[in-house]
Amino acid sequence: MSDRRIRVLIAKPGLDGHDRGAKVLARAMRDAGFEVIYTGLRQSPEQIVNAAVQEDVDVIGLSILSGAHNHLFPKIMELLEEQEASDVLVIAGGVIPEQDIETLREIGVSRVFTPGTSTQEAIQYIEEQVGGSDACKST
Amino acid sequence: MQIDVKQLSERVRNGHAGSLARLISLIENAEPQAVEVLETLEDRRGSAQIIGITGPPGSGKSTLTNRLVGALRDRGETVGVLAVDPSSTFTGGALLGDRTRMQSLATDPGVYIRSMGTRGSLGGLSRAVFDAITAVEGSGKTHILVETVGVGQSEIEIASIADTVLVLFVPGLGDDIQAIKAGITEIGDIFVVNKADLKGASRIKTILENNLELEPTNGDWKPPVMLVSAETGDGLAELVHKMDCHFRTLSESGRLHERRKRRHQGEVVAILQRCLADRIANFYDKQSEKKDVDVEKPRAVANAIWESLTDLEDGGE
Amino acid sequence: MFDEEVLRRLDKAKREWEEGPVQKAISRFPERKDEFRTLSDQPVERLYTPLDVQDIDYEEDLGFPGEYPFTRGAQHTMYRGRMWTMRQYAGFGTAEESNRRYRYLLDQGQTGLSVAFDLPTQIGYDSDNDMSVGEVGKVGVAIDSVRDMEVLFDQIPLDQVSTSMTINAPAAVLLAMYAVVAERQGVPLETLSGTIQNDILKEYVARGTYIFPPEPSMRLITDTFAFCAEHLPKWNTISISGYHMREAGCTAPQELGFTLANAIAYVESALAVGLDVDAFAPRLSFFFAAQSDVLEEVAKFRAARRMWARIMKDRFGSDNPRSQKMRFHTQTAGCTLTAQQPDNNIVRVALQALAAVLGGTQSLHTNSRDEALALPTEESVRIALRTQQILAHESGVADTVDPLAGSYAVENMTDAIEAEAKAYIDRIDEIGGAPTAIEDGYVQRQIQESAFHHQKSVESNDRIVVGLNAYQIDEKPEWELLRVDPAIEEQQREKLERLRNDRNNDDVTNCLGTLRDSARDGGNLMEPIMAAVRAEATLGEICDALRDEFGEYQAPIIL
Repeated sequence: MSDRRIRVLIAKPGLDGHDRGAKVLARAMRDAGFEVIYTGLRQSPEQIVNAAVQEDVDVIGLSILSGAHNHLFPKIMELLEEQEASDVLVIAGGVIPEQDIETLREIGVSRVFTPGTSTQEAIQYIEEQVGGSDACKST
Repeated sequence: MQIDVKQLSERVRNGHAGSLARLISLIENAEPQAVEVLETLEDRRGSAQIIGITGPPGSGKSTLTNRLVGALRDRGETVGVLAVDPSSTFTGGALLGDRTRMQSLATDPGVYIRSMGTRGSLGGLSRAVFDAITAVEGSGKTHILVETVGVGQSEIEIASIADTVLVLFVPGLGDDIQAIKAGITEIGDIFVVNKADLKGASRIKTILENNLELEPTNGDWKPPVMLVSAETGDGLAELVHKMDCHFRTLSESGRLHERRKRRHQGEVVAILQRCLADRIANFYDKQSEKKDVDVEKPRAVANAIWESLTDLEDGGE
Repeated sequence: MFDEEVLRRLDKAKREWEEGPVQKAISRFPERKDEFRTLSDQPVERLYTPLDVQDIDYEEDLGFPGEYPFTRGAQHTMYRGRMWTMRQYAGFGTAEESNRRYRYLLDQGQTGLSVAFDLPTQIGYDSDNDMSVGEVGKVGVAIDSVRDMEVLFDQIPLDQVSTSMTINAPAAVLLAMYAVVAERQGVPLETLSGTIQNDILKEYVARGTYIFPPEPSMRLITDTFAFCAEHLPKWNTISISGYHMREAGCTAPQELGFTLANAIAYVESALAVGLDVDAFAPRLSFFFAAQSDVLEEVAKFRAARRMWARIMKDRFGSDNPRSQKMRFHTQTAGCTLTAQQPDNNIVRVALQALAAVLGGTQSLHTNSRDEALALPTEESVRIALRTQQILAHESGVADTVDPLAGSYAVENMTDAIEAEAKAYIDRIDEIGGAPTAIEDGYVQRQIQESAFHHQKSVESNDRIVVGLNAYQIDEKPEWELLRVDPAIEEQQREKLERLRNDRNNDDVTNCLGTLRDSARDGGNLMEPIMAAVRAEATLGEICDALRDEFGEYQAPIIL
């Protein structure tokens, strides 16, 4: 009998210290039955990718408000490829201008959630993409 | 999901982090292939020193774990960390935050860190922890640190898993004497008063030492009480030294074997419990499909199931 | 404030009104909700009357503007004498670009500067540090050495502007750079006016730009107190900030309670190193958020002044009105701005700015409409500044002091917020003071609880946010957003390389050695920092010297 849970790594890349959104989302995901691993602030791409690999997560959620995404995200995608972990779903949120979203999608960021997205929308997207936890299916 | 058992086993044995991670997921998800892979790793069982770390929330377990891993790495050991946190009883979800204090180790190839939710094992350790330890041993790590929140029965269970059990205390978490619960002095091999720079640390040390006096002596090991500051690293070297001493004493006295038998017994019982529970659940479902069960009479229904189960398996007595 | 007989009659009449006409009205047109609550989730009554303010003693609780307990304002004539300082937080890219933006803002009638630094600067890394990659010049200006600082204030005479710098962990270093620029401009230090944020406790809680552990951080702060008391008497040595905790999700009473608890910790640590309370307390300043619930915010500002006056008098025994008087900066709330229909943000900002002015702020930053999307454009910044100017010159609210005083609702809310904020301070005192409460995660947990609660109430439509969960339209963001040129990082690297080639490196090494010694042996760190800045040591070099001695802070993660 399988007992699967969606595992998510919530990470704050770069130097940005605003973690309100990341923490609110982490909690909402927990309430949706996910196992959520939070990395804390000031994470390098290497730290994020290694954590994702060791934790065997289904999803990496990147939160960034400093504008450094154009530098940090490509690096993260590259490292995932290197570590044979390209199957991990990568989503992002924060202050990311419309013009950058297309570029980020091209390098493999599956979805960019802009300010004002509800936690439920993000959770639903993840469930659609990676399949729900057993607990979620029954409720 | 199709898994190449041989390949996965090979890669775990070579210490490939992603493969070890995948194997632990299979274990957590109770996928049947997990057992197949684990069986190929059993020759490595007992190759690592297993250290349990338990204590109340806020006692600095993760910070101490982080420090211990650093110290072990400094002398060339390889380390696996299993950080176990409770899952929500209602949603099954979990916020696993222990890793945050260890992220500086994330890029060290000699360290593997895995956060685990307890997933429905009420108040106890995840049933998957036993198997996860086997998996990490299989990957060739010399030391495995298992970190659990000291609530409910997980702190008792940790004693059945680990070779050396560290129990943490910290000043200022409510009533100090209350915190030293009955039974806790029995499971620890080393007692650590963390945040030793805070007021009240030495008082806790004294209370603990007094309590330990009352315990029957446990062979040739007298559990020490150590003052440590995980934050600054004060007292850490002495703690590591004591951990080494304890392991040596265990090995020399032959009690290491005893401990490991205890772990083995725990595993066998856990596997059986799981099998039995699954079987009973299946049986119940089948029975209730055939005829309406009497919801008012759980005991009678349970007796009926038990009888048919034992009939089926043992052919009657 | 009222005759007892009058109150009795009123009480009776009010009850009759409620049971009679109100019930009748409700039976025909039910009220919109069972329970009305402020943005901070405080209950709001249908009607406030003298009954709700009967415990207020005018002289004790309200008094006169510029007089204890300062409920009605920090100055005697408030905006009749001088308008609040219009201070737009700005800075991006290189010092050259930011300098151009500052001079534009001053030309447009702005009256004070407010410097935004990029994250590497705020965390004490040079632009060529590995940690800085991708972040240089992004959320503010990149400052690596006093040379950048000179460019930043080029053609801006430092004795004629007041400059606020949003800098915390390395505040002492940036203050030293500012002072050395003044020296080079030939401006005497005692004429300098401005503010450094210098509030590390809220960085641990909410904003995240910490470097050192609490103890040495508090030492750096008290060192700036002592240095400024002697050399920069017009400088605000700290801006004790509720703003970022509010942005992280806490309520108005929590913002007030946590900010004052932090303030108490700073005062206590300054007293502990032997400073006289009235030598530094007059230079303490505060920084709050203004959200859209106008009445609640006005009440908060009034309560804040009254509480601080009482804390200084009763807790710290200061009889000096300049120590008792809270002066504060206000910024409108970035977290209330929406990415959807961003022009609506202009209206939100106007409401919030109105609350700040009605609450008696000393200076004000109005957010730009596009901040939820990216860095603000010049046009957006101008509209934000114009909003302040319209309030100042057209609304009339600046012409009489504390115009909402005596409103039954506002006075009642002022009392209520004070009581609740006080309860948070008491709780933090019990835990052992703000640093301990932060180390234990108490403050962070309270904030996260409130943030989560707020998010849920928006997602369940209990709270309407126009354009977000109601009155939505299909839209495509069109206007041009400001982008920071990625070449800036390269330019900063080149500047650093040049600097390291032409300065006297022996001098730098000596100064950094002296700084390390002082860090280890005690003594005020400002002088050795000033010396290192004069020798053109970089920010990163200075902070690294301190990191060597102090270590780095490991944040407890509170989930």
